This record gives sequence, structure tokens and C-alpha cells, in this order.
Amino acid sequence: MGEVIVVTSGKGGVGKTTTSANIGTGLAAAGHKVVLVDTDIGLRNLDVVMGLENRIVYDLVDVTSGNCRLKQALIKDKRFPNLFLLPAAQTKDKTAVNPEQMRLLAAELKEEFDYAIIDCPAGIEQGFRNAIAGADRAIVVCTPEVSAVRDADRIIGLLEAAELRNPKLIINRIRPAMVKRGDMMDITDILDILAVDLIGVVPEDESIVISTNRGEPAVMDQASQAGEAYRRITSRIQGEEVPLMNLDVPKGIMERMKSLFGLR
Amino acid sequence: MLEFISRMLGRESASSKTVAKERLRLVLVHDRASISPAMLNRLREDLIKVISNYMEIDEAALEFNLCQDDREVALVANIPVVKMKRDYAAKG
Repeated sequence: MGEVIVVTSGKGGVGKTTTSANIGTGLAAAGHKVVLVDTDIGLRNLDVVMGLENRIVYDLVDVTSGNCRLKQALIKDKRFPNLFLLPAAQTKDKTAVNPEQMRLLAAELKEEFDYAIIDCPAGIEQGFRNAIAGADRAIVVCTPEVSAVRDADRIIGLLEAAELRNPKLIINRIRPAMVKRGDMMDITDILDILAVDLIGVVPEDESIVISTNRGEPAVMDQASQAGEAYRRITSRIQGEEVPLMNLDVPKGIMERMKSLFGLR
Repeated sequence: MLEFISRMLGRESASSKTVAKERLRLVLVHDRASISPAMLNRLREDLIKVISNYMEIDEAALEFNLCQDDREVALVANIPVVKMKRDYAAKG
């Protein structure tokens, strides 16, 4: 019996799809049978992030409305034979699926897979309600910005109201140099405000842009800092205890001057 | 002079993350309680009306806020009393 994990955030553009792709790929690399489900109907993107956009025949709506069987719609990943994608429909909207259909789909996926990762659309409307309907646990992604933290707080409230207790937080796109000079909220600041458990911190990293350009999740790139962060998150999802990455900035000349003047 | 160097090195100015955190705290108290500012204002006026029946209060210095501890919200009012109203005080 597998587990359904929804990746959500409230605010758009904080990295839900990138996170879903990397977690899913990471879990598959660890040997689990994994399916990624894109529930962003009308604005699908998990297919391009995974580099599987040319293989789509059927989609989520075809499955939930009975146009095809689940197996026909699943796209096999290029890298891992145990990783699959169920793409969103691009020509319909969020009302093409309802929460009850998603609950049934989630139950079916759990029979077949160790993990089903649900990529949730932005917002708190039907797309969100669909995405969380069959989930066993939730991961909330937020960036260290006022707007993203505020929306994450709202989402955490809504998840709890929907009986999805103890969501885990990923702080994405943190910039250690800005944190160091006090111009970006740090991990403690955000955890103070949101009062949830942290499951990982991902640094801002150009390699994410590059890996998305290529359709190859960064978690596969051993040289990528963000990839390393996602590898650690993947381990934590499987219940391992892994320390947070060291994101300290090396001491620069200004730092050394400050020490000299006794200001630090 | 030391202050000047200090400023040059960007130490003492209130960091923008502190501002962000404070603004977030305030906005979240209201988000979490789903109370509109208009409703809060009406509550404040009603409260003043009721208390004024019993004692004279300093309306200008009155503090009236929603506060929050973790995910719990409390209504905290600090109401300076100028004096008790004689008729009520006499009646006990």
C-alpha cells in the first residue's frame, strides 16, 4: 500500500512543480515505484519539467472521466523504468475533475505505486481541493518572501481544516548571502511564523533553470546544490534523519573588515 | 566616527527582514482570525461604550489588538482608567 503526497503552496511560482519533479525522481532513484500526477488542469507543466512532453497521449481527465484506463495514460520516464507521469489535461479547466474522482484515483494509485506525488495548482479553489482530496500527507513549498509565507499560512490552515494534519514545509530559493546581511528571512524566522515542521531547505540555484531547460530534474545532477537539497528531502520523506545542508557563505572581505573593527 | 564606519559597513540599520517579519505577524493575525478591520473597529466602539457606563477611560491611550501565539489568537485590550464613575462606585 503506497502513500499519496500532495505538494502545494497557495502562491504560484514558488517551485511546486520543480519540487514535485525532483522529489518524484529522487524517490524513483532510491528504487521506489513512483507516479507523478499533474493536477494543474489547463496549465500543465510537470511534463516539460520532466522532459516528457512529447509522449503524452491521454491525460488525467481522460482517466477520471473513464475515457481510458489508468495504465494507458501513464507515461514511463526516460531515465527510470519505475517512474511514471500522469499529465494534466491542457484544453480543459479545473472543474473537469471533482474531489471524489480524485479520491478514487488516489486509492487506485496507492494499489500500484509506493509513492504518488500530486503537483497541486496555485490558488485555493477547486484545483486545490482536487489535489488534496486523496492525499495522505502534504508538503508545503514557500519562498522567504512576505507574500509566499502569508499564502503558505493560509494553505496550512486549509490543509488542517481538511484533516491533513502536520504538513511539512520546504523553504525554497533561500539566498544565504541575503540572509546573512539581514535582508532575507531565515529558516528560524519562517518556522516561528508558520509553526510547522521543516522537511528541507533549497538554495536559490542556477542549476534549476538549466535542468528545467533540459527537462532533467536537478536531483540527478551530483554537482547541483539544489539537487543535493532535494536528495536530502527525498531521504527525509523515506523517514531517514539527514542534517540540513550547510548554506553558510564563505567569509568575504567585508566580513573580515567587520571582525577587524570588532563589529561582529 | 565609529558610528559612521558602522553605517558604512551596514550594521545598525534595521534589516529589511525584521520589517518583513513584523508586517507578516500583523497581517497573519487578521488572516487567521478572519476578522475584518471594520468589524474590529465596531467591536472597539462597542467596548468603549459599555466600559464608559462604569468608568471614565482614556480613549486616546486605549490599545486594542489581536495578538497571536503560535497558531492561537487572543484579543488583548489595554484600557487606561481615568476614574471610576461616582454613581456606580457608590452603588458598589
